[in-house]
Amino acid sequence: MTASSTTADVPRQRGGDSEAPVLEVRDLHVEFATREGVVKAVNGVNYSVSSGETLAVLGESGSGKSVTAQAIMGILDSPPGRVAKGEILFRGQDILKLPENERRKLRGPKMAMIFQDALSALNPVFSVGNQLGEMFRVHQGMSKKDAKVKAIELMDRVKIPAAKSRVDDYPHQFSGGMRQRIMIAMALALEPDLIIADEPTTALDVTVQAQVMDLLADLQREYNMGLILITHDLGVVADVADKIAVMYAGRIVEQAPVHELYKRPAHPYTRGLLDSIPRLDQKGQELYAIKGLPPNLLKAPSGCAFNPRCPKAQDICRTEMPPLLQVTEQDGTELAGRASACHFREEQLHG
Amino acid sequence: MTELTKSTSVAGDATAPAQAANAEAEPAVARVTQWGEIRHRFLANKLAVVGLGLVLLLFLTAAFAPLIAPQDPLAQDLNNTLQEPGNGHLLGTDALGRDQFSRIIYGTRIAVEIGLASIFLACLIGIVIGALAGYFGRATDSVLMRIADVFFAFPLLIGAIVIIIAMGRGVMPVIISLAVFSWPTVSRLLRSSILSVREADYVLAARALGADTRRIILRHIIPNSIAAVMAYAAFSVGGAIVAEASLSFLGVGVSPEVPEWGNMLAAAKDFMGVKDFLWTYPSIAIVLTVLGFVFVGDGLRDALDPKLR
Amino acid sequence: MGRYVIRRLGQMVVVLFGATVILFCCLFVLPGDPVGSLGGDKARDPAVVEALRERYGLNDPLPVQYGNFVKNLAQGDLGEDYTQRRPVTEVLAPKLTNTAELALAAIVLDILIGLLAGLIAALFRYSFWDVLITLLTTMAVGFPSFVIGMVLQKVFVVQFKWFPLISDGTMNSLILPAFTLAILDAALVARLMRGTMLEVLRADYVKTAVAKGLPRRTVLVKHVMRNSIIPVVTYLGISFGSLLGGALITEAIFNWDGIGLALVQAVQQQNNPIIIGVVSFGVAVFVLLNLLVDLLYAVLDPRIRLA
Repeated sequence: MTASSTTADVPRQRGGDSEAPVLEVRDLHVEFATREGVVKAVNGVNYSVSSGETLAVLGESGSGKSVTAQAIMGILDSPPGRVAKGEILFRGQDILKLPENERRKLRGPKMAMIFQDALSALNPVFSVGNQLGEMFRVHQGMSKKDAKVKAIELMDRVKIPAAKSRVDDYPHQFSGGMRQRIMIAMALALEPDLIIADEPTTALDVTVQAQVMDLLADLQREYNMGLILITHDLGVVADVADKIAVMYAGRIVEQAPVHELYKRPAHPYTRGLLDSIPRLDQKGQELYAIKGLPPNLLKAPSGCAFNPRCPKAQDICRTEMPPLLQVTEQDGTELAGRASACHFREEQLHG
Repeated sequence: MTELTKSTSVAGDATAPAQAANAEAEPAVARVTQWGEIRHRFLANKLAVVGLGLVLLLFLTAAFAPLIAPQDPLAQDLNNTLQEPGNGHLLGTDALGRDQFSRIIYGTRIAVEIGLASIFLACLIGIVIGALAGYFGRATDSVLMRIADVFFAFPLLIGAIVIIIAMGRGVMPVIISLAVFSWPTVSRLLRSSILSVREADYVLAARALGADTRRIILRHIIPNSIAAVMAYAAFSVGGAIVAEASLSFLGVGVSPEVPEWGNMLAAAKDFMGVKDFLWTYPSIAIVLTVLGFVFVGDGLRDALDPKLR
Repeated sequence: MGRYVIRRLGQMVVVLFGATVILFCCLFVLPGDPVGSLGGDKARDPAVVEALRERYGLNDPLPVQYGNFVKNLAQGDLGEDYTQRRPVTEVLAPKLTNTAELALAAIVLDILIGLLAGLIAALFRYSFWDVLITLLTTMAVGFPSFVIGMVLQKVFVVQFKWFPLISDGTMNSLILPAFTLAILDAALVARLMRGTMLEVLRADYVKTAVAKGLPRRTVLVKHVMRNSIIPVVTYLGISFGSLLGGALITEAIFNWDGIGLALVQAVQQQNNPIIIGVVSFGVAVFVLLNLLVDLLYAVLDPRIRLA
């Protein structure tokens, strides 16, 4: 499937250096073999992240955003999942071609992942100090004692009070926010080049979400890491991301620098997402919601996957799959880093 | 970030695509009742269907034993003892010249009688006590559960023997002795399932809507807990039949002249290596019977909770 | 942790107390006259019966009898056996060693076979080995121990003559009874192990462990095994009950001179002191073992220990 042919490499807005991107995903396809048939969870995704850059991947559950991340980390449940096609380049090297043991050594020192629910993502029967220290023991052959000292340092780093006395505590003894900090500390332990955060604040109380997000953003800046932030929450994105990729039914339907996307979306789905944010200045009006439900990945609708829910769908949308293409200004000048997979992207963009 | 964060979530995020597909494309599937779905899953399980077949065969044999058995299972023929299978006796004769095949056929009656009655009794006691303990909690719960612990502390066979010492041998004592030491499992099962259901959102909702206690137990809690008990019961009938045969095998179950599989095996033990047909056929009968109930129990459990598979 | 232990100890005392009530009711209150058939025809002589009743304290009011019963039990004084007129503890001690030997061998086999089979089935899910193990363990549940025992005896004793028919106390004669006793539980342990392990393998923290770049062996041995073993440990405590029941059968089949065989003989001879000795010992060990398992559970799972 070559629907999305544009590799939208957005110019970096802050941080970053001039070398090649840390991570580049090319035409990635992931499938799951289920009893009902093959579920095509990811269908030709392209994106890239550079050092110091934050890419937000936005989408509903089932859009393939988490599956893409798991494919990058090499932690897909397989079977039934498998990468059917595509490349994942880490510093220019296709890691899908690496032997498993080489690939394992990348996880931790080079790339790390933060999961949504820290309570279930931390092993309940080992102390947090043990689980943090494990990174140093396994990857650097550090002694138990030294690893524990490092673990305390890390806990200090992510601002856990009284780190020294809590290092031997177990995950269930921490609050949700503190647990997520421990997850972050674990990901940061070996100062990787790339961090993938899969809905890092979704499971947290609203008041704690901001603190954890700020901490993550600060540490990212400090270590100049690439960050892929997977979320379904537009509110999180605006503050921290540099660029956004919106996913729908296993494809990227729109890519744009963060503020441009908010200002002028070039895909009806993005428009719908933005319109469904409640706004104070529209108090009293009915809240907008995208009608219909996400598509069944076992039998995606023909043409554009969004067409059954799209308010602007035409005949062509039901027959032809729109590729992800560059978006231009009305005068024909290219908009850097912007692309949309909609037959009517220009109309959508220029209203 | 603001308080709005939560509500700015992408619309419809909570709905999984698969569910959505069902609701959209095949509305008929979504309307299938829960029990219909359970039956469908059960029948899709080959072992479960085989088990069901075995159990039905057992029931039919027990019901029509007099029609199937060629001879009186108690009739002794001292001129024809220990006959090899064939020769007018399909599965041979025992040391008293009784027809083995007829005894095995009649053995289904004891197995069904004791297996069903003891587990039914155990479930009855267990459900009542478990429901009371789980619903009322606090002191009621502590007292009832300690009582359950006491009975649970007796290993089944050993406890059963103690009761039989008090009541004497026979069918009724065996039924009672097995039930008395089996109910604690049922009540624990029901209690824990009630405890987990009790705090479930839909029960809290019912309570918030002003439903009274009895109504909550009957309408919400029992139907949800009963599934686990049913799977356990099917599985346990097999266990009870084994226990019943074990007691007879040890010489403390039903009376020795009764055509019963454990009795037959106990008598056959002395002819090990000499007259092996004496123990092989009753063994096959027991194994098929127990497997039938085990398969049905497993099938029920998987059908009720498919994620356990 | 300390309070947890104390609470469990308290519960144990209540349970043991309740067990003595049941035992007392069944053996002394319900059957009417426990010395009825004692001493054959001589027992018909009222004077002899009276002497026996006096000797065993059966003429006291029930509460007094019960008090003495519990007091003696607590002191480990099981009285005299009706047939041999020897202290019950003396009669049972050597038999107890035999049963312990058998049970221990069975438990070791249980754990070894069960864990290994469950592990293989879970790790290679849907493979040939998984299907085979699942099939075998499902079948095993349907085979009562007396059937297994007789089949093993027929094949290995009668047919191949690898083992003696009557146990001679050597390691060799232990093997068949131990297997007979172990097979059912090993199958259940395997099924349990497979189930929990499949669940643990799907757990998020295992994903985390892989994402941390741990070698597969570390993920399995440390993160998966440690969590999978917890339910198995709990099960082993409960399974001891069926093990004792199985010991009755196994000892009967293989003529293994243990407390199970003693119990069955005592029932037929209405030899109450032996029955009381074996039953109360079985109950006490079962209860104690479950307490131990609960404590071990708390050690293995900090969520219980620190709750």
